[in-house]
Amino acid sequence: MDRNNCFHCGLEVAENDTILFDQKAFCCSGCKTVYEIFSANDLTTYYDFEKSPGATPLHTKGKYDFLAHEDIVSKLLEFHEKETAIISLNIPHIHCSSCIWILENLHKLLDGIVTSQVNFGRKTVRIIFNPEKTNVQEIVLLLCSVGYEPYISLEDYEAVKTGTDRSLIYKIGVAFFSFGNVMLLSFPDYFDVGEYWLDHYKGFFRWLIFLLALPSFFYAANGYYTSAYKSLRSKMYTIDIPIALGLIVMFIRSTIDMFFDYGQGFFDSLTALVFFMLLGKLFQQKTYNFLSFERDFKSYFPIAVTKIESDLTEFSVPVYEIEKGDRLLIRNQELLPVDGILISEATEIDYSFVTGEAVPIPKKSGDKLYAGGKQLGNSVVLEVLKPVSQSYLTQLWSNEVFQKKVDRKHKTITDTISHYFTPILLIIALAGFTFWIFRDVTTAFNVFTAVLIVACPCALALTAPFTLGNVLRIMGKKKFYLKNAVVIEQLAQVDTIVFDKTGTITSGQAAAIRFEGGLISAEHAVFIKNILQGSNHPLSRKLYDFLPATAHKKVTGFEELPGKGISGYIEGHNIRIGSAAYLGKPAEKGFLKTSVHCMIDGTYVGAYIFETRYREGLQALFTQLRNQQYTIKILSGDNEGERSLLKDLLPEHTELVFNQKPEQKLAFIAKLQEEGRNVMMIGDGLNDAGALAQSNVGISISENVNVFSPACDGILDAAQFSNIGRFLELSKKAIFTIKMSFTLSLLYNVVGLAFAVSGKLSPLVATIIMPLSTVTIVSFVTLLSNYYAKKAFRSKKKPTATDYEMAAV
Amino acid sequence: MSVIYLLISISVVVSISFFIAFVRAVRSGQYDDDYTPSVRMLFDDELKEETPKQENKDK
Repeated sequence: MDRNNCFHCGLEVAENDTILFDQKAFCCSGCKTVYEIFSANDLTTYYDFEKSPGATPLHTKGKYDFLAHEDIVSKLLEFHEKETAIISLNIPHIHCSSCIWILENLHKLLDGIVTSQVNFGRKTVRIIFNPEKTNVQEIVLLLCSVGYEPYISLEDYEAVKTGTDRSLIYKIGVAFFSFGNVMLLSFPDYFDVGEYWLDHYKGFFRWLIFLLALPSFFYAANGYYTSAYKSLRSKMYTIDIPIALGLIVMFIRSTIDMFFDYGQGFFDSLTALVFFMLLGKLFQQKTYNFLSFERDFKSYFPIAVTKIESDLTEFSVPVYEIEKGDRLLIRNQELLPVDGILISEATEIDYSFVTGEAVPIPKKSGDKLYAGGKQLGNSVVLEVLKPVSQSYLTQLWSNEVFQKKVDRKHKTITDTISHYFTPILLIIALAGFTFWIFRDVTTAFNVFTAVLIVACPCALALTAPFTLGNVLRIMGKKKFYLKNAVVIEQLAQVDTIVFDKTGTITSGQAAAIRFEGGLISAEHAVFIKNILQGSNHPLSRKLYDFLPATAHKKVTGFEELPGKGISGYIEGHNIRIGSAAYLGKPAEKGFLKTSVHCMIDGTYVGAYIFETRYREGLQALFTQLRNQQYTIKILSGDNEGERSLLKDLLPEHTELVFNQKPEQKLAFIAKLQEEGRNVMMIGDGLNDAGALAQSNVGISISENVNVFSPACDGILDAAQFSNIGRFLELSKKAIFTIKMSFTLSLLYNVVGLAFAVSGKLSPLVATIIMPLSTVTIVSFVTLLSNYYAKKAFRSKKKPTATDYEMAAV
Repeated sequence: MSVIYLLISISVVVSISFFIAFVRAVRSGQYDDDYTPSVRMLFDDELKEETPKQENKDK
């Protein structure tokens, strides 16, 4: 079949479905409409920057009615005055330069928008508009209509907008200012040639150096003093103690040197050290601003719901104002924010958020519905039993197990080493001091300070930040986003991997569909495809997309019975599609698969079976993990329907546990940890949230990293699922790199200490050794970690354009 | 030879003014987003001629 790509969204479209407009192909009328809007407003440059950058606009009727509510809008606004209002909206679709361009040209599409500014890293757009001419609802609807639907959740409603923390940048600025100037002014001392004029101005230079070093020592480095003080109080010997000690001794000694005119001191080394260490911190501080690692149920909940009054009028109310007894209208695909009783006749609820069970559960009038379920099918009415604060999901969340702050102060590799390093250092310093004190008091003090200064573990302190920062960046490019650098160390220690089943090792999209019941005639397939078109049920949508494109036929007498099926007439033929019960066919016992049964003109034709599709490369991944000596376990909220299939797929002795509730999953992880295991949990959705929080490393897997992910330590793009083994390998190599460079830096320290203890540490030697060690260590770890990353991903295909796009983030 | 006092003082003053400029740049948020501006500057102002299309603006 000849296939084209949609000019707007780039999706492949079948010949028959193509909509031609302006000599361009579109996959649907939505995409065409966006193009029309853009071309009518002279905004087609949108398509020049990137090929087919758009997204199909979704149906949003009624979804944003709540934005007409003053109270809700005022919470979302950053600023509101008579003629100016500012709102920041989170738009997950932002992914390329075209997106930036169109979103910054919004004022051409809607009168009233003054300016709009995109932050690509955070995927937000900040819109300044005139509230007298337009309003938030209009802006949001405009964004939806051009395919940039903002993501507004309960979290935005509550969140206190915090300013960004820029203290590290300030500190680096101060440190660099001090470092640069001190270095320049130190040159006369480096080339101490006894030149008359230089000697003459020595005092001036030194005092200026002293003044310039003060802000670096007192302001830029103050983080190290506080952290050293804290770790001393908690009796944990972190790397910050020798650093702080080195800095303080260096400062005092240099000051004394200066006042008594012994020499110029070590202010150049001091400022350089502070600068480089802060740089290391910055390097490690890579954040993926557009991702949220701390999501709870609030980011899934809607801000407002539609309430129905006794006189049948509908209006939006904020979720927190819902009270017991209220009647709410829940539309298709909306999340239930409260527990309630179904008033409408019947519906289906997808509880996969809460339980992990992927199959929608049919409910009939009078049944109790719990918060967290997703409504599938036509709009329904329910009566509220409990307000949000008391609903099942909220309570589950505030449950002790979920709240339990797992006390696992991870001891980083640097801390482990400095645990030995600090006492040894002090012993050497004291030993040197006592040795010299009987011979020469001046040398004794010199040795004591020199040991502390030269051993100041700057190279040691730089190793981990630069290695981990680099690996963090490499993994980010491969779409594995970690919360912080410490997670890499934790990854390297993992020995047990627990996978959630639904949505994790199975793909959420594109279930394999198979027809059962012999061959289906082409004519029947045409009927089925056409009748499915009218239904919004997720299974109908999936089946519709699966069936090959056909000619369009007119459907008459279309009827949809929620929770049962659909029926209608095409060319006089009666077609009924739905559950086995709907067609009067007894459900087979033990039949756990999801299926859609078809009946044409009263005769049963067969059923479409939806098979779970496991992620690509699953088997290879499990074999690889097994070879890497990891213990693998599967934890599922689903029933046992696929046990035998999984058994075939997975290596032997893989433990399979089914029917697990969120609390049970958490307990399962906790039990493994009690056995002394380092557990990595890989899951998705809210039902895994507790287990993810409990595990040593919780990785959330997501088809769309921008939107859905519970609280976790890392987010993995679903497309990279088969690379988990490689990421683990890389994290181990990162730790190996750190250890190698620790050895290297200890060697430097031994050499330096030899000079220091023998009392021969001249400023010149210190000036050479310190920067030399810093530079070699930093380049060593960067090169080595890049090499390992290349090696781990060598067999991979060449990076695509999107990889480069992500690399720029 | 007190000119060296003057020269060094000038150099320090210059570096301090650069430092102040840096702090102001950070405070104004220039370092918060280090990607978008680099793309934004590549956009041409291609809509130089005023096209009277006001009437279809509200869609």
